[in-house]
Amino acid sequence: MMIQLKIDGKNINARAGTPLMDVALENGVYIPALCYVKGQPCLGTCRVCSVKVGGVVAAACTVPVVHGMEVEVNEPEVTDMRKALVESLFAEGTHNCPSCEKSGRCDLQAVGYEVGMMVSRFEYRFTPRQRDYASEKILLERDRCIFCQRCVDFVRDEETGQKIFSISGRGANSRIEINAELANKMTSEQVTRAVNLCPVGTIVEKGVGFNEPIGKRKFEIKSVRERALAGDHK
Amino acid sequence: MGRKLIIDPVTRIEGHGKVTIQLDDDNNVIDAKLLVVEFRGFEKFIQGHPYWEAPMLLQRICGICFVSHHLCGAKALDDMVGVGYSTHNLITPTAEKMRRLGHYAQQLQSHATAYFYCIVPEMMLGMDAAPEKRNVLGLVAADPELIKRVVMLRKWGQELIQAVLGKKMHGISSIPGGVNNNLTAEVRDRFIKGDATIPSIDQMLEYSMEGLQLFYDFHEKNRAMVDSFGDAPALDMCLVDDNGDVDYYHGKMRIVDNDKKVVRELDYHDYLDHFSEATEEWSYMKFPFLKELGREKGSVRVGPLARVNVTKSYSTPLAQAALEKFHAYNKGKCSNKALHTNWARAIEILHSAELIKVLLRDPDLQKDQLLVTPTEAMWTGEGVGVVEAPRGTLLHHYRANKEGNITFANLVVATTQNNQVMNRTVRSVAEAYLGGQAEITEGMMNAIEVGIRAFDPCLSCATHALGEMPLEVTLLDAKGNQIDERRK
Repeated sequence: MMIQLKIDGKNINARAGTPLMDVALENGVYIPALCYVKGQPCLGTCRVCSVKVGGVVAAACTVPVVHGMEVEVNEPEVTDMRKALVESLFAEGTHNCPSCEKSGRCDLQAVGYEVGMMVSRFEYRFTPRQRDYASEKILLERDRCIFCQRCVDFVRDEETGQKIFSISGRGANSRIEINAELANKMTSEQVTRAVNLCPVGTIVEKGVGFNEPIGKRKFEIKSVRERALAGDHK
Repeated sequence: MGRKLIIDPVTRIEGHGKVTIQLDDDNNVIDAKLLVVEFRGFEKFIQGHPYWEAPMLLQRICGICFVSHHLCGAKALDDMVGVGYSTHNLITPTAEKMRRLGHYAQQLQSHATAYFYCIVPEMMLGMDAAPEKRNVLGLVAADPELIKRVVMLRKWGQELIQAVLGKKMHGISSIPGGVNNNLTAEVRDRFIKGDATIPSIDQMLEYSMEGLQLFYDFHEKNRAMVDSFGDAPALDMCLVDDNGDVDYYHGKMRIVDNDKKVVRELDYHDYLDHFSEATEEWSYMKFPFLKELGREKGSVRVGPLARVNVTKSYSTPLAQAALEKFHAYNKGKCSNKALHTNWARAIEILHSAELIKVLLRDPDLQKDQLLVTPTEAMWTGEGVGVVEAPRGTLLHHYRANKEGNITFANLVVATTQNNQVMNRTVRSVAEAYLGGQAEITEGMMNAIEVGIRAFDPCLSCATHALGEMPLEVTLLDAKGNQIDERRK
């Protein structure tokens, strides 16, 4: 059923129940996101897509559109809130973009540019977390993980459907884990998909780094906004 | 009678130098030391990182010769994955030539920065000129056309670095087994022919020749001073090819004595068998030396002066003519004179420009064979890389476990190699300029700076351009009491 809603004052027709995130993008309104993957069940973990729906803050990826909905995306308070969320992710982990192999291909870095982040308003924690070298093909850089859970939910053992990645601990003690036995069974294509799915540089293919020259990397060719609006979700 | 001086580590070497000089009761110099505070944290904190990050991370040791660190790391990783010089599987010609191109571009811009911004002010304006004039801004006033060319020379080098490594500073091109990019014909032509933003390579050669002529003019007018200032005997070392000529990217380590007799020639993978390092409680920087000869006789000099002393010839005509003139002037022997380093640096600016010109016309740069992908069986887990950085022989040595985790890193940088000879230079200059003096004058202090600066040990590069090289000179009496101190 087609319904009508407003995004930043603009009248929009959409199919009822479609995620607000998709409706916004299809109508030329970019909303930053880190955990959302189009076509996959929403995770709602990063909250970077926060907007105001009827004056209340909500994550756009978790909201199905309904008739008469009034959405504010580029409203000052919620815009700053999204920026603060991104800043908090940078402060919480250890993100040395200049020397990270994901630089130029990193969603967090790209969204950081997009929201205009210059420096985090929060104190950097530099939480020490170990790297996990146990898998033969994948290095897990734990201090870069933003706990989006993309890998946890969308990367599974092809034979059994078991999860390969998981999160242990709670709150500030959370850490990403990898089942090395299952990870060792991953095909090289599956490893590449997992690396690309990770919005930061946590899942790294062993022995591969910096192969793409500066200037030719994903987000240097086309910004995260341009990609999202063009429907390019690779 | 010495007095122990301690400075907290600040950065690797840039920023702070400290000199202590001790006099006897007759005000004769009995001791002189240069303290460069260098905290080598990089060797520690790279441990635990994946091996392929090393060339990217460790180039951040330096904001000036980052390409050298990058290439050194890449060569070490080539060894580690099984496609380096320690194996029989080498990287492709395109990969090596791209690396060389970036390397020569960096030498051009680094030397141009050191020579014109840090050294030429004294050459043109005088060692005793007022500090507020004796800097690059003073040069702007004295010869604005020269400065325009200098800025362009440096810019040209930076632009070429960007073309190869993607960024003017701390870019990335080399990866284990090769490079990630080649040079398109369009980009190549920009550097050969020039465009609205940069001159052609031929103009760079012209500017380089002018830089060398500046030294000749200065030498002509100040022959006695130039040829006696900061005499510091040492062995000379650099990488050489099979003909015994300098190779800035790869070769054997050749060490010669003052008569150019080869004292040692070694595969750099064996450096630990030949070199040891002494430590002093007053400095964080070590003193490398040849084990068999001991520290006094076995300390080496590296960098431009060492290279022109060691090399027999160059493959390019203009630099070769300049080299012949240098060799003839020194009567076939090695020069130990600190200010001849500036002569050597000017020659190497020209040599770099000529090497770039030759390389830009090499069609291998446009080929697509960028990477050799080794098999798992080729993994060695250990690698040593050495290049001739602008300041001299630079070495990176890594080990990693089979999981890909770096477990060991050792870096021997050029300024460290030069530690002993820099101290000898300081002593020599102090004896000549301070002996019998009880008061430190500005000119005396600057003479010491000039001696240190000839080695371009990063600390001079950082601030001299504005006449604010942070240097501290302490004068002690025979009992070790401080009688004067100047700080800037």
